[in-house]
Amino acid sequence: RDGGVFGLGRVATEDEIAAWDIDVRPDGMGLPQGSGTVADGEVLYTDNCAVCHGDFGEGVGRWPVLAGGQDTLTDERPEKTIGSYWPYLSTVYDYVRRAMPYGNARSLSDDDVYAITAYLLYLNDIVEDEDFELSNENFTEIRLPNEENFIADDRAEEPHYADKGDPCMSDCKDSPVEITMHAQILDVTPGSVDDNDAA
Amino acid sequence: MNDETVSQSPNLSRRTLLKAGLATGVAAGAAGAAHAGGDPLITEVQDWNRYLGEGVQSRPYGTPSEFEAHVVRRDVEWLTASTESSVNFTPLQDLDGIITPNGLCFERHHGGIAEINPADHRLMINGLVDTPLVFTMEDLKRFPRENRVYFLECAANSGMEWRGSQLNGCQYTHGMVHCVMYTGVPLKLILEEAGIKTNGKWVMPEGADASAMTRSIPMEKALDDCLVAFKMNGEALRPEQGYPLRLVVPGWEGNMWVKWLRRIEVGDEPWHQREETSKYTDLLESGKARRFTWVMDAKSVVTNPSPQAPITHGKGPLVISGVAWSGNGRITRVDVSIDGGRNWKTARLDGPSLSKAMHRFYLDIDWDGSDLLIQSRAMDESGYFQPTKTELRAARGENSIYHNNGIQTWHVKADGTVENVEVS
Repeated sequence: RDGGVFGLGRVATEDEIAAWDIDVRPDGMGLPQGSGTVADGEVLYTDNCAVCHGDFGEGVGRWPVLAGGQDTLTDERPEKTIGSYWPYLSTVYDYVRRAMPYGNARSLSDDDVYAITAYLLYLNDIVEDEDFELSNENFTEIRLPNEENFIADDRAEEPHYADKGDPCMSDCKDSPVEITMHAQILDVTPGSVDDNDAA
Repeated sequence: MNDETVSQSPNLSRRTLLKAGLATGVAAGAAGAAHAGGDPLITEVQDWNRYLGEGVQSRPYGTPSEFEAHVVRRDVEWLTASTESSVNFTPLQDLDGIITPNGLCFERHHGGIAEINPADHRLMINGLVDTPLVFTMEDLKRFPRENRVYFLECAANSGMEWRGSQLNGCQYTHGMVHCVMYTGVPLKLILEEAGIKTNGKWVMPEGADASAMTRSIPMEKALDDCLVAFKMNGEALRPEQGYPLRLVVPGWEGNMWVKWLRRIEVGDEPWHQREETSKYTDLLESGKARRFTWVMDAKSVVTNPSPQAPITHGKGPLVISGVAWSGNGRITRVDVSIDGGRNWKTARLDGPSLSKAMHRFYLDIDWDGSDLLIQSRAMDESGYFQPTKTELRAARGENSIYHNNGIQTWHVKADGTVENVEVS
């Protein structure tokens, strides 16, 4: 083939790219043709998702919670769900299509994923009509509540980043050092019931 | 001692962790208390001194001695809902130097370990490129290669400690890190082979496993030092580390080091995938959350003594040892305190000092048998030094989950046992 520096590899075919390139961006780039209603989504969700995520997205056992948790982000124990935390609906469609159901990924049709995404919007009170139909045409009109609450990495502005001087080496504390917490006497529970918040 | 499994009961877990820590330490006694006629291990002929051992054909791929059976990855069952989307931990307390043995590198999967025949593996480059390409493993091994030593740290390493001391052992508090030598092709060469269009500002690697892991990476980083690696420590990647192909993203959070790498897309905007929105975003006290917190800041931990590696030899010479690393370059200095941060001594860095790699430090002291509060504080070449947990919590609150690089304290008691504590 022409081009390239080393002439290695071969040209990818359109079918090959279509098979693997299934990602969707917040601006809708990558969305397939299709649609699904909340009512259709409820049936699909009950059959494919509820066993782990609960009938109302509340999560079973330690499986992820998908709905609720609004206005908990400043609580001592925030509940981070699609409705309370996720910034973009595109991520819901993309992730369900690529990786769910857990253990049987890539088994849902594009229309199935539209319907399940619509139902997840319903569980999170973002749409309230069971007849609501989500499609590639109205998809980007939907905004999730927490979109504006994500900020760029501004760690460098934290006080301990600014101090590039030599750290204290001797007599660094005024009062005697006291132990304030012991691992051995703490009731060990992971900080969250999320599937991988702890890892 | 055999591998201890951690029970689902938190109470049992704590006892088990403590027991595991003690059991590994007591085997090695003093150098043979002399009996009347001397140490029988010396005065009597031993079996291994008399009989033939196994021949060279018995161990075509060698494994550690049976006496090292306790040196294993361990998991904490109650941390996650499923072992296939979970993590285990590198036994840092049993290791030395800077290179992690391949079989002990911690694992973090989101859809279990994909088992892929390299003959069946493909790497696709598509998106904003002149020519979308497909490579076989054979193709990739014809590009010029590099060998580089890098640490890989999970963004959630020490995440369970944000609210305070929780897990009793540096394997559990700091073991989501490893450091190996990678052999691979600079990502730059592969991208240039396809030809990056002028509006190609981001790349997105994707895995071939059941989680189809995806992350957005800025083009500047992709062209800088990322590798598409097929070997670790000289041999093929282990399946649990992405065999036959993984991305290496030096200094950046482990989640971005996509395993079982099958596709790289070039785009003009980030994709905002699940692992950079729902996950790997850092919630602050204000309710705002940071995204794209890629770099792993300077960090260190004393691995010995530590809860799983108590002092069993009594007073006198004591080697305090640990590891330090920074996503911003080389570690230039590690200070160690034995009094909870009141006073510090600069430790000795030993072995290679490589950018974005693990460093080994030692402080040799004469232990008088009194209680110690051991801490280590790393500095990197940018001038940044490791903060206290108090400083981090003041800046971020306690719900960030990720990027906890605060200074760790171990309480060494007079009997030589060690506990994970926090201090004022």
